Amino acid sequence: MITHTESALAFSPRRVAAMMLRYWYLLRSSWPRLVELVYWPMVQMITWGFLQVYVMQNAGFFARAAGTLIGAVLLWDILFRGQLGFSISFLEEMWSRNIGNLMMSPLRPFEFIIALMVMSMVRLLIGAIPVTLLALVFFGFNLYGLGLALGAFFVNLMLTSWAVGIFVSGLVLRNGLGAENFAWSIMFLFMPLTCVYYPVTTLPVWLQPLAWALPPTYVFEGMRALLIEHTFHPNLMIDALGLNVLFFAGGMFGFLKLLQSARRHGSLMQMGE
Amino acid sequence: MSASPAIEVERLVKIYKNVPAVDAVSFSIAPGSITGLLGGNGAGKTTTIAMIMGLITPTSGRVTVLGAEMPRQRYRVLQRMNFESPYVEMPMRLTIRQNLTVFGMLYGVPDLSDRIAELADALDLTDLLDRPTGKLSAGQKTRVSLAKSLINAPELLLLDEPTASLDPDTADWVRAHLDRYRRDRHATVLLASHNMAEVERLCERVIIMKRGRIEDDDTPARLLARYGRRTLEEVFLDVARGGGEAREAAQ
Repeated sequence: MITHTESALAFSPRRVAAMMLRYWYLLRSSWPRLVELVYWPMVQMITWGFLQVYVMQNAGFFARAAGTLIGAVLLWDILFRGQLGFSISFLEEMWSRNIGNLMMSPLRPFEFIIALMVMSMVRLLIGAIPVTLLALVFFGFNLYGLGLALGAFFVNLMLTSWAVGIFVSGLVLRNGLGAENFAWSIMFLFMPLTCVYYPVTTLPVWLQPLAWALPPTYVFEGMRALLIEHTFHPNLMIDALGLNVLFFAGGMFGFLKLLQSARRHGSLMQMGE
Repeated sequence: MSASPAIEVERLVKIYKNVPAVDAVSFSIAPGSITGLLGGNGAGKTTTIAMIMGLITPTSGRVTVLGAEMPRQRYRVLQRMNFESPYVEMPMRLTIRQNLTVFGMLYGVPDLSDRIAELADALDLTDLLDRPTGKLSAGQKTRVSLAKSLINAPELLLLDEPTASLDPDTADWVRAHLDRYRRDRHATVLLASHNMAEVERLCERVIIMKRGRIEDDDTPARLLARYGRRTLEEVFLDVARGGGEAREAAQ
């Protein structure tokens, strides 16, 4: 008879902790990995920060919309780095040819995913906190000044980043490291469609429904409303949360189907290109 | 102790793009025994072992491990089994101690520090415990992989080419350790190899595979007698070159 602890759905915090420990050991052992977490967000923030300073000096509208560009950059980074942090932790298992060991261990797929989500958050915070402080020092932009709205933005962006990260991990599991490029590039497909730097109305009318089908669009619209009109629209965040539930369920479903397919095709034993 | 087989494989088939990698293979392995799965490259040994572990879903047929049907019920038994394979490695940047800690936690090993110390002592790894796994020699890495595969003191151990790329001395040392572990713990071991001397030395029973099928299955002594050969290598060559005809001629 199958007891609760033996079932596929039995959750073990110790196994999740084991995976988090594994990634923590890795981060701790490699200073380039730690530096990389801060390096790109900082370069991007500084570049866009100076562009914003220039635009503010020359355009009245943007002078009123102070912080929009840096705000967009920092929120985009939460979305992009959240997904990348998830995917890189997963790719570490592929690069080190350890995935077979994990798949043969009692670790459940959902425990693996929870560990990857927590680590994506840890990686993001290691990179984002110093960068947001630099934005405050260099450009006077206080991301934390967004208050509770920042929490709503953060939750929605992280949920989307995890949903995409989970699906991409499934693709890599099924297709091997040949699919690794999706991990680095898939989020850039979201950049024009989620209207990171411009309002949705900028898009052609026929493309706007597609933009509104993506949860981050609501976050970036919400951010602009907050910074330009000083108004927080909770309904945008609720709509984004609803879409995120669908995205997350879709990501999990895709991952499990791709894992099933990988077992059928023997991909878990052939983890090359 | 249960008398039911540790592993039961019934008419197992795996087909990749219309090519059968494993073709209607059936066998059962008694608890506490050590069995060799012998065959050349592409014989279907690794695919068979991967299906037993639940890493590959069979096209048809049935695998039961410690009473659980694989891969559907694998979480019932994964904690009681373990494996070593050249197709997987341990994370290189982590030290041996860190790797064994992570895997010990995954397998729910109690008193983990003591277990790591015990394994390190048995496998001569104590002085290396805080060294990154990537900085070890091939022989040391194999001992670490072996330590990982024994971390949960498994009842069932699946080994795919456990001594591949090792020098004869280290390979012999590994074989002796495996044999001792099996006897001390009354564990079941299934060993896939194309190293005839290894199989001859360790295994009580040998299953010879060729092109996804079982060509012969018996004790090493009976195989040698049946084929009129002095070594398993000669038996293997007979099977590899003549297939079923060789056995019939021998009989």
